[in-house]
Amino acid sequence: MSATRQQRIGEIVQRTRAKQARFRDERITMAHGAGGKASQSLIEGLLLPALRNDALAALGDAGTVSVNGTGLALSTDSFVVTPIRFPGGSIGELAVNGTVNDLAVSGARPLALTLSLVLEEGLPAEELRAEIDAIARAAHAAGVQVVAGDTKVVERGHADLMYACTTGVGVLDPRAQLSTSALRPGDRILVSGAVGAHGMAIMLARDEFALEADIRSDTRSLWPAVDALLDAAGTSVHCMRDATRGGVASALNELARASGVAALVNESEVPVAPAVAGACELLGIDPLYVANEGKLVAFVAPERAQAALDALRTVPGCEQAADIGAVVAEPPGMVLVDTAFGGRRVMDLLAGDPLPRIC
Amino acid sequence: MRFVEEFRDAGLGRALAAEIRSLVQDGRTYKLMEVCGGHTHAIYRYGIDGLLPDAVELVHGPGCPVCVLPMGRVDDGIAIAHEPNVIFTCFGDMMRIPGSHGSLLDAKADGADVRMVYSPLDALAIARRNPEREVVFFAIGFETTAPSTALTLKRAKAEAIANFSCMCNHVTIVPPLRALLDSPALEIDGFIGPGHVSTVVGARPFQFIPERYSKPLVISGFEPLDVLQSIHMLLAQLAGGRCEVENQYGRVVAWDGNPRALAVMAEVFELRPHFEWRGLGFISQSGLKLSDAYAELDAERRFSVPGIRVADPKACQCGEVLKGAIKPWECKVFGTSCTPERPIGTCMVSPEGACAAYYTYGRHAGAREATGRGTAAGEGTAAAEGAAAAGGALAAGGALAAGGALALAGEVSL
Repeated sequence: MSATRQQRIGEIVQRTRAKQARFRDERITMAHGAGGKASQSLIEGLLLPALRNDALAALGDAGTVSVNGTGLALSTDSFVVTPIRFPGGSIGELAVNGTVNDLAVSGARPLALTLSLVLEEGLPAEELRAEIDAIARAAHAAGVQVVAGDTKVVERGHADLMYACTTGVGVLDPRAQLSTSALRPGDRILVSGAVGAHGMAIMLARDEFALEADIRSDTRSLWPAVDALLDAAGTSVHCMRDATRGGVASALNELARASGVAALVNESEVPVAPAVAGACELLGIDPLYVANEGKLVAFVAPERAQAALDALRTVPGCEQAADIGAVVAEPPGMVLVDTAFGGRRVMDLLAGDPLPRIC
Repeated sequence: MRFVEEFRDAGLGRALAAEIRSLVQDGRTYKLMEVCGGHTHAIYRYGIDGLLPDAVELVHGPGCPVCVLPMGRVDDGIAIAHEPNVIFTCFGDMMRIPGSHGSLLDAKADGADVRMVYSPLDALAIARRNPEREVVFFAIGFETTAPSTALTLKRAKAEAIANFSCMCNHVTIVPPLRALLDSPALEIDGFIGPGHVSTVVGARPFQFIPERYSKPLVISGFEPLDVLQSIHMLLAQLAGGRCEVENQYGRVVAWDGNPRALAVMAEVFELRPHFEWRGLGFISQSGLKLSDAYAELDAERRFSVPGIRVADPKACQCGEVLKGAIKPWECKVFGTSCTPERPIGTCMVSPEGACAAYYTYGRHAGAREATGRGTAAGEGTAAAEGAAAAGGALAAGGALAAGGALALAGEVSL
């Protein structure tokens, strides 16, 4: 009897979860920015209904528009990271790579960016100069130009040194046929390298933990990885996502939900650098929920998955790419993990994030 | 990670699970309560329950310090947080605990200066850096975290940091266990004892459980093999007709605990006559407050707090869950109006709370098909012994000497 009730409750939870999230909060809390369920309610409950259109409704990393038969992808992102410099990168590089990557995983070759800077009164010119240099270097490395911009200065205390916002445009690659609703049972789930480095580098750079480790942000352009994947597997690549805020776990949850399928992850196959694993262990954090700034998750039809993985591993920075699991039919919208210990559990979206903002 | 992964070996896990199955007597069921929220979390995190035979049922006990905090105390904390000039500090999972009018996270969005810290020493550092502000630390936890609060208060006093104070919500483990055991509805065959608390109090305080209530207790570590081994030890006791306190977590837990930690607690704290536990009601001599020598650092004396007792929401069955009387999914509001994003009861908030753990990890759990990897049972056991011996060296030095600085990372453990 109890098993039946348990099952029934499971189904009720399932239905509750599958409903479009409603935005019922009285005010914005930090949880709304954490990439978990509160963020989902903000997007699905407030923004989508008000701005509804097909491009937005797909909830991809970039929206697409067609101009005279040419498919373009557009994406925008604000960067409010603190500290602005950290091992492996800085806000300037993030601002370029973040938007470039949103375009890339949408199957678009990044073309150009706009840059909007909000500067705090008192910001040392030296720091600003360093960030502009970082932006120029990252843009050059990613093969994009910054073609328009804006600067604003706000009073001391109204911004954390500086905020940067970039908007990017890219041309949809003819090899790509990607959709957030295209995940099919049997698809293999690939990650482009070891996860969790960026978020952990930021957390440690804040000096809040009295922990030291050689962990560097993985910020980089993902276009070379996308290019290699599309070359090797073409339309067998069903979907890709940049696993930023909320980490691989959140990316998988969002896509499982959008496609009405389940993702089954084999925990022992997930690449995590030993220093990242150690820091996560001490802090009680699952690396699968930690932000990345240069890692994608790709869903590839099984017959092309090995070729895609082999191609990915030849790309600099993706040597540790791995096949971490498969798409399955049931239970729709869920992510399950086979733990390295041999058990199985749910890997849900985080309800909120106890950690400070990291990207 | 050496000394950690050895305790997560899947092959050994399967071997231990097989040993556990062999101890199950025909037609008998075993209800074992894991007292500690850290165990609840580990059980779901690693999918341990999926490895156990159906006859072994795990019941989640009252050992999640966030879960047992009554609403009135949260309201008192929020009232202090709203005082002008106050910086209010607490652990991360405390921020989302609902009071009668919202949580500390809501208070923060409302303008209160609420900051998450990872250790009470961080709160003291904030006080040093902000001498013109009043810095309050909201202390919670069992004997695991109490020593680090005590050390912090000692240091604040020694350095005469006048703008620091502490709202003490520390509780002790034995009184609620006794209350549980006295409850007539309790059907528990044995206890998985709290590992972290025992690093401080030792194994001795639990001896009344086999002696007076005839239930075995095994103090357990928090890695999956620790938990499985403890279950094995409990079943072995039950099969052999024994009933005693055993210590599976010997690499960290000494029989008499940590005398230095106990001494600093005795200096800084004294027992309250009564303390309210969420779902369990008032339990006498179960809560700690600052002793008279530290009265000037007591936030409850420095600030006026409402101090109003708030009844738990009617629909919420956290109390029944904490007593192990019902499973999380048997609660009327589980998963529908009470979810991790909108918790009604505290068990749904902390990652150690039974409801949150079940909601987050437990649904759709099922044992995985054997993959054919891993070691055979015989090899496995030898490796386990080696690992346990190696682990002992590691953990004995660190665990409490660091004053809980380790245990306090983000979430509080029992």
